[in-house]
Amino acid sequence: MPSQPLGWRIATVAEIRDETSDVKSFSLLVPQWQTHRPGQHVDVRLTAAYGYQAQRSYSIASAPGPDGRVDLTVERIAEGEVSPYFHDVLVTGDEVEVRGPIGGYFVWEPSFGGPLLLIAGGSGVVPLMAILRERAGVDAPVSATLVYSSRTWDDVIYRDELEQLAANEDGLRVLHTLTRAQPPGWTGFARRIDRPMLEQALGGIGPQPLSYICGPTLLVEAAANGLVELGVDPGRIRTERFGPTS
Amino acid sequence: MIDERLVLDANAVAGDLEELFGIDLTAVIHRCAHCGNLGPMATLLAYVHGPGTVLRCSVCTDVVVRYVRTPWGTRLDVRGAAELRIELLG
Repeated sequence: MPSQPLGWRIATVAEIRDETSDVKSFSLLVPQWQTHRPGQHVDVRLTAAYGYQAQRSYSIASAPGPDGRVDLTVERIAEGEVSPYFHDVLVTGDEVEVRGPIGGYFVWEPSFGGPLLLIAGGSGVVPLMAILRERAGVDAPVSATLVYSSRTWDDVIYRDELEQLAANEDGLRVLHTLTRAQPPGWTGFARRIDRPMLEQALGGIGPQPLSYICGPTLLVEAAANGLVELGVDPGRIRTERFGPTS
Repeated sequence: MIDERLVLDANAVAGDLEELFGIDLTAVIHRCAHCGNLGPMATLLAYVHGPGTVLRCSVCTDVVVRYVRTPWGTRLDVRGAAELRIELLG
């Protein structure tokens, strides 16, 4: 639902925050920013001095706000072209080219209702965080379960904020699974997302949640197929595959 | 040899498609010309690591859309889409 044509605009980096050892969040100020919908992304374009351009898509992490501020959370991909520039070169006050907001499919708005089942792998949590932040800001939010797969506890993006959101006791449940290593005394899941885990997630929220799955391709397919096998209507499942393209 | 781990979905190229069509296509329903499957454009499988981009049907995997950008413009082939259901904005 664009009310203005999709064009490249110069955004200014207002703030940079460390999320984990290889993930940072960047607050961008975008002139004439049309407010976004949770789940949408922007395209970022870098141009080298000799004209070479590299372009990537990054999900918006922030809930829609009135101030033209957009938060992107970017994982550093060692052999990437764009994410190392974000991590190693960009500083507050720098400018980058962005266009957006983009996408009208992998989006959620409070009017869509729930209950919500959000399934994330790694940095696939970013668009789901925009949904959770939007949800937390409304009166009487729908119940929601986040199933979030990370390699280790230190790789969990937005860890403290997720704990705070769950502590609000407004119907949000966060289930972590740590696939590579677990801290001492860990009581959460310790394997890749599988059918028994999805069954447990569905157990708390009912058989037909509105489901959003975002992560690496293999995780997305395993989770989506698992939900369909468990009887979830495919029409209530939306997926977004993240690839190692950054 | 295609590495299936690198396959994305058409969300990833939504900006390119919006640039070409002038509207968001991800929520537009398409009908695959090969198998007849109806589904949102966002569900197409996106192969983005070649010189051009190929979008394939998520059911029969046949080619629905392909395009390549050059310094002079974009070549777009949509023969694999029998229909696009573009709804009026309310």
